[in-house]
Amino acid sequence: MRGLKSQKIISPKTSQKIMNAIFIISGIITILILVLILGYILIMGLPVVNLEFIFANPIDSGASGGIFQMIVSSIYVTLIAGIVATPLGVGAAVYLVEYAGEGKITKLTRFGAETLASIPSIVYGLFGLAFFVVAIGLGWSLLSGGLVLAIMALPTIFQVSEVTISSIPSSYREGSYGLGATKWQTIYRVVLPAAIPGIVTGVILGMTRVISEAAAVMFAVGSSLSMPLSIFDPGRPLPLHLYILATEGISLENAYGTAAVLVIIVLVLTFVSNYLVDKYQRKIMGR
Amino acid sequence: MMNRIEVENLNVYFGDSHILKDINTEISKNTVTALIGPSGCGKSTFIRTINRMNDLIPSFSRTGNVYLDGEDVYDPKMDVVDLRKKVGMVFQKPNPFPKSIYENVAYGLKIHGITDDDAISARVEESLRSAALWDEVEDKLDNSAMGLSGGQQQRLCIARTIANNPEVILMDEPCSALDPISTTKVEDLIHKLKKDYTILIVTHNMQQATRVSKYTSFFLNGEIIESNLTDKLFVDPKDSKTEDYITGRFG
Repeated sequence: MRGLKSQKIISPKTSQKIMNAIFIISGIITILILVLILGYILIMGLPVVNLEFIFANPIDSGASGGIFQMIVSSIYVTLIAGIVATPLGVGAAVYLVEYAGEGKITKLTRFGAETLASIPSIVYGLFGLAFFVVAIGLGWSLLSGGLVLAIMALPTIFQVSEVTISSIPSSYREGSYGLGATKWQTIYRVVLPAAIPGIVTGVILGMTRVISEAAAVMFAVGSSLSMPLSIFDPGRPLPLHLYILATEGISLENAYGTAAVLVIIVLVLTFVSNYLVDKYQRKIMGR
Repeated sequence: MMNRIEVENLNVYFGDSHILKDINTEISKNTVTALIGPSGCGKSTFIRTINRMNDLIPSFSRTGNVYLDGEDVYDPKMDVVDLRKKVGMVFQKPNPFPKSIYENVAYGLKIHGITDDDAISARVEESLRSAALWDEVEDKLDNSAMGLSGGQQQRLCIARTIANNPEVILMDEPCSALDPISTTKVEDLIHKLKKDYTILIVTHNMQQATRVSKYTSFFLNGEIIESNLTDKLFVDPKDSKTEDYITGRFG
């Protein structure tokens, strides 16, 4: 190195400092945006949120009264989505990782899931109207809306499950086969239990995505204001209510209130599932 | 003496590569046989033909026969589940399941349809005792096996295998990921187990081979160059390649 002079304009030390600063700043900005949005919605919405707002029926199209029906509708459509999409998504992931292996079917399915994930939600909404409401004849109902949301949640659940299941060390499978287990016993008793934390995370990601959907359900659930008594009744999930309150100028105040409730539900779902996943993970991994 | 395992003209291929060439050998009952040889010489592939673990690799094919107690292991009528129950396997890297210590040992029993909880817990204790692990884990059977040390995990994997009541235990470099103290414990355990089980152990450690085994086979490039009593093979190798290997000239 003697006689060779560094021709760098910026010394490595300086460039390291600059990059450190850039990374820290991007981190801070990301958190700031989240805090800002959450803070704004909670500050604007929380003043109208009280027990009555949560447990009362809407009056005058939601200009006053509460949002109980909407909470019930949201729970229904999200649960339907989860119940339908979870076995499909997890099943497809198990099939691809454990049975199909890397090949045409796997690539095609992955491509399909990516495409599904990138379709705008309003298109799902139109499809739901044409297919579930009209063609199958489920009418405007929570079931139609829930099924549209199931299709929307499917790619997320599938993708996260596939990544999780393929990251389960093959040494677990070998150990199981070595003891004389069949393929299904290995999947059911070793692979899936080890993959549960990832799968649950995927399911919650999918459900929190669809619980926030207005466009996808607006043509399928019917937007009724009365209390749904079964999944065959029409309903009005929270995001759709929020959308109608805001766009039809019914009550901006209550729109923010609805948004605040929605955000709190999503936060609670996320925190609770993270906590449970963490606890399970610690239990099986002994940490 | 009765042979537990007999291998006749075994050739193994992965795709076009010829991994094992004309293997003929016999393993007698309740002995420890060490398989030595440089990396990639086919030792692991060889033991995996005995419990048909190679079947999991799509490109695997073979000619020749492997007999366990006179039964053709590759007979189409052979039940692989049953075979792997009789021929247990311990892997190079300890691979307990992410379950409790108890569940790890009970796993083999449960998959083979045993549901009687008392019978299972009796066998779990018995297996952990045989694997010289009971004293260390008896008060934390419900804890995750992943929290054990590497050496304890490997003994747990041996306990898990023993719980199936196998005839043969295949060990694929069981100590290569362990520290010297854990290695000693596993070796002591092998000494204890050879009364009841036929053990084949792949090892890169020639001292280990001399410490634990009665017989040794030297593998090179997919062939068995020499098989003999361990004492004889290491003291008086018949083949110059064996001598070169055990004196450290290559490998």
